[in-house]
Amino acid sequence: MADSMHRKLIESKGAVMAVLTTVAISIGGLVEIAPLYSEALGPEPMEGIEPLTPLELAGRDIYVREGCYNCHSQMVRPFRDETLRYGEWTRAGEIVYDRPFQMGSRRIGPDLQRVGGKYPDAWHYEHMDDPRATSPGSIMPRYSWLKERQIDPEAVQASMRALQTLGTPYTDEQIADAPAAIQRQGGEIVARLEAGNLSAQPDDQIVALTAYLQQLGVAGRKAIQAQKDAAAALEAGTEIPASVED
Amino acid sequence: MSTETAHTPNYDDAVTKKFLIASVTWGAVGMLVGVICALQLAWWPANLNVPWLTFGRLRPLHTNAVIFAFTGNFIFAAMYYSMQRLLKTRMFNDVLSQVHFWGWQSIIVAAAITLPAGLSQSKEYAELIWPIDIAIAVIWVVMAVNFFGTIAIRKVKHLYVAIWFYMSMVITIAVLHIVNSLVLPASATVSYPVFSGITDALVQWWYGHNAVGFLLTTPILGLMYYFVPKTAGRPVYSYRLSILHFWGLVFLYIWAGPHHILYSSLPDWAQTTGVVFSVMLLAPSWGGMLNGLLTLRGAWDKLRTDPLLKFWVVAITFYGMSTFEGPMMSIRAVNALSHFTDWTIGHVHSGALGWVGMAAFATFYYMVPKLWNNQLYSVKAATLHFWLATIGIVLYVMAMWTAGITQGLMWRELDADGQLQYPNFMDTVLQLIPLYWIRLVGGTMYLVGLLVMAWNLVKTASGVAPKDGPEQVTAAPESLPTPAK
Ligand code: HEM
Ligand code: HEM
Repeated sequence: MADSMHRKLIESKGAVMAVLTTVAISIGGLVEIAPLYSEALGPEPMEGIEPLTPLELAGRDIYVREGCYNCHSQMVRPFRDETLRYGEWTRAGEIVYDRPFQMGSRRIGPDLQRVGGKYPDAWHYEHMDDPRATSPGSIMPRYSWLKERQIDPEAVQASMRALQTLGTPYTDEQIADAPAAIQRQGGEIVARLEAGNLSAQPDDQIVALTAYLQQLGVAGRKAIQAQKDAAAALEAGTEIPASVED
Repeated sequence: MSTETAHTPNYDDAVTKKFLIASVTWGAVGMLVGVICALQLAWWPANLNVPWLTFGRLRPLHTNAVIFAFTGNFIFAAMYYSMQRLLKTRMFNDVLSQVHFWGWQSIIVAAAITLPAGLSQSKEYAELIWPIDIAIAVIWVVMAVNFFGTIAIRKVKHLYVAIWFYMSMVITIAVLHIVNSLVLPASATVSYPVFSGITDALVQWWYGHNAVGFLLTTPILGLMYYFVPKTAGRPVYSYRLSILHFWGLVFLYIWAGPHHILYSSLPDWAQTTGVVFSVMLLAPSWGGMLNGLLTLRGAWDKLRTDPLLKFWVVAITFYGMSTFEGPMMSIRAVNALSHFTDWTIGHVHSGALGWVGMAAFATFYYMVPKLWNNQLYSVKAATLHFWLATIGIVLYVMAMWTAGITQGLMWRELDADGQLQYPNFMDTVLQLIPLYWIRLVGGTMYLVGLLVMAWNLVKTASGVAPKDGPEQVTAAPESLPTPAK
C-alpha cells in the first residue's frame, strides 16, 4: 500500500523526488547550525581575548599552510588526564576569532591549544629546525626553511582587512601600523633568541610562527582563572563582582 | 558480445570510459601518496626534507585524491553507465558530459599542484583554495543540469532506487560544498571563512560527515542497487526495505556531524543531538547492508568462481562493519577513548578500503568487459587482487585499532598518586611505530592489488584473448534489475 503510493506519487515524478530529498537533507543542518549562527553574534569573546597581532596572524597562516592541524589538535577536553597534561579545557569564548577553527581531529603529536608560554622562544626555534634536537624520538618533519623565508607585511595587512570585514575588531590604525608592529614584536623575539646565541630577523617565518605558538591559550588561561577567582569570591561572600559571566 | 550494448548503441559510453580510466589512474596516485604518508609516520626522513613532501601537506593531497579523484570519478563512471541504462536514454547533453569530465580532471590537477604548495584552507576534505572551490561549484551544477535533464527525457516512468541515491548526492553535496566554502578572500590564494570558532567547527563537520555520507556512502549504495543484482543475476531482495532505508539514511545522516567534536565547547544539546542521530543511523545503514547481502543470497554457489561477487560480499560486509563501528564511536564514552587516535584512522579505512574500494573494483571488473566488449582477461589475476586487497585491509585496520586503543589508554593512565603515568607524550608515540610499519605493509598490498587490476583491465580492453579458460565471469540478465514484486 505505502509502497504503491511511493511508486505512484514519488518515483514517477523526478521533481517531487528532488524536492522531498532536499527537504529531508535540510532539516538536520538547519536545526543544529541556525541557532549557533544567530548565537554567533554570541559565543562572546571571554574577558581579555583579543585578535591576533599582525606577527601572530602571519604565524597562524604559516601554521595553516604547513598543515600542522593534520597532526596537532587545539582542543583540550574536560578530562582529568587532559587537563593534567595540557591545562584548562578549551572554552568557546577563547576561540571566537579563529578563522578557520584549528581544533583538529588527530593527535599524532600533542595538543597545542595551551602550548603558549610552556617553552622559551629558543625551544621553538630549535624544535622547528630539527624536532629531534628537543624531543628525542619525535616523528615530526624538520621545518628548517622557516629560518630562511620571510613574511610579507602587505599580505598580512590584506588578511587583517579581510578579517576586519568579517567582524574581527581590528582598527584601521592597527592595520596601517602592521609592518611596524611586526618589527616591534619580532624584534623582541629576536632579542630573546640572540640571548641564546641564535640569530634571526624580526620578519623571519620562524619568528612569526613562534609568536603565534607562544600566545596559544595564554589569554584564555587568564580569563578562566579570573572567572574562577570571581566565582570563589562570590562563594566566600567577600565581594560581589560587578559582572560575572555564567 | 553482450546483447545489452547490441540493442542500445545509443548510450554515451565514451564518457563512462573516460571517468573509469581517470578513477583507476588517480586511484593509483592517491593511494601511492597514502603509502608515502604511511611510510613517513613510521620513518619520518621519508619526506627528504622537501617542504612539499612533508606530511602536513601530503595528507590533504591523499584525502582529496582518494575522495574526489578516485571515488568521485568512480561514482561518475558508474552513474553515467547505469543511469542511461535505467532510464533507457542517452545522457541529456553530450557537451555537458564532456565539460563535467574535463572540468573535474582540471580541478584535480589544480588540487595536486596547490596542496603540496601549501595553499590550503585547513578544513578537512575542503582544503582547496577559494578559486578552486568556485570551479567545483560550477562543474557540479553542470553535472546536476545534465543529471536532471536526463531524468526529464527518460523513456521509463519510474525512477529506479539507484537514481534516488544518485539524486541525494547531487543535491546534498552542492549544499554542503557551497555553505562550507563561504569565505572572504584576502588574496588570490588566501581567504577567511565567514564562520568562526566553534560555529566554523560545526559547519565543517556538518560538511565533513556528510561528504562521507553523500560521496562515500549513498552514491555507492545507489550503484550497488544496480550492479549487485546485475552481477548476481537476481532481483533486489526487498523493494520496501530500499524505500525505508533510503529515506531513513538521507534524513538521519545530516544530523550526525557533531559526533566529530564531542567534548568540545559546542553546546551540549547539539552534541547530544549528534550522538542520538548517529546511533539511530545504524538502522537504515544495516537496512542497506541486508538488502545488498540478501540480494546475493542464492548466488552463493557462484561465489567461489566469480571474483566480482567476492568483491561485493567483502564490500558490503565492511560497509556493515564500519556503520556499526561509527555509531559506537559516536557514544560519548567510546569517543572519549577513540577520538584523536589511530582508531579513527582504522574506522576511516575499513570504510574507505573495505567498502568504497572493493565496491569500485567490483564495478570496474563488471563494466570494462561490457564497455569494451571483451571477456575479462584473467580471472586468476582478479582473484589475486581480491586476496591482496582483503589481507591488506585486515592488516591496515587491525594495526590501527591496536594503535588507537593502545595510545588512548596510555594517554589517560594515572599512577597511584593520580598523576599521569606517561607524562612524556613521546612515550605514547614510540609504542605505535611497529604498528605503523604493519599498516605500511597492508597499504602497500592494497596498492599492488590495484595495479594488478589496472594491468588486467588494460589487457581486457585491448582485446587480448582471455587467459584462463572459457569461464564467463558473469552472466548478466538482460532485464532491468527491477525490484521483486
Ligand atoms: C593504499 C591505500 C591507502 C593508504 C596506505 C592510506 C594511508 C593513509 C594515511 C597514512 C593516512 C593518515 C593517517 C593519520 O592521520 O594518522 C590516511 C588518512 C586518510 N585516508 Fe587513507 N590510505 C589509503 C587509501 C585510502 C582510500 C582508498 C581512501 C578513501 C576512499 C582513504 C581515505 C582517507 C581519509 C579520509 C583519511 C583522513 C582520515 C581522518 O581525517 O581522520 N585512504 N590514509
Ligand atoms: C552509520 C554510519 C557511521 C557513523 C555513525 C560514523 C561515525 C563516525 C565517528 C564517531 C567518527 C569519529 C569522529 C572523531 O572522533 O573524530 C567517524 C570518523 C570518520 N568516519 Fe565514520 N561513521 C559512519 C560510517 C562511515 C563510513 C561508511 C565511512 C567511509 C566510507 C566513514 C568515514 C569516516 C571518516 C573519513 C572519518 C574521519 C573524519 C576525520 O576525523 O577526519 N564513516 N565516523
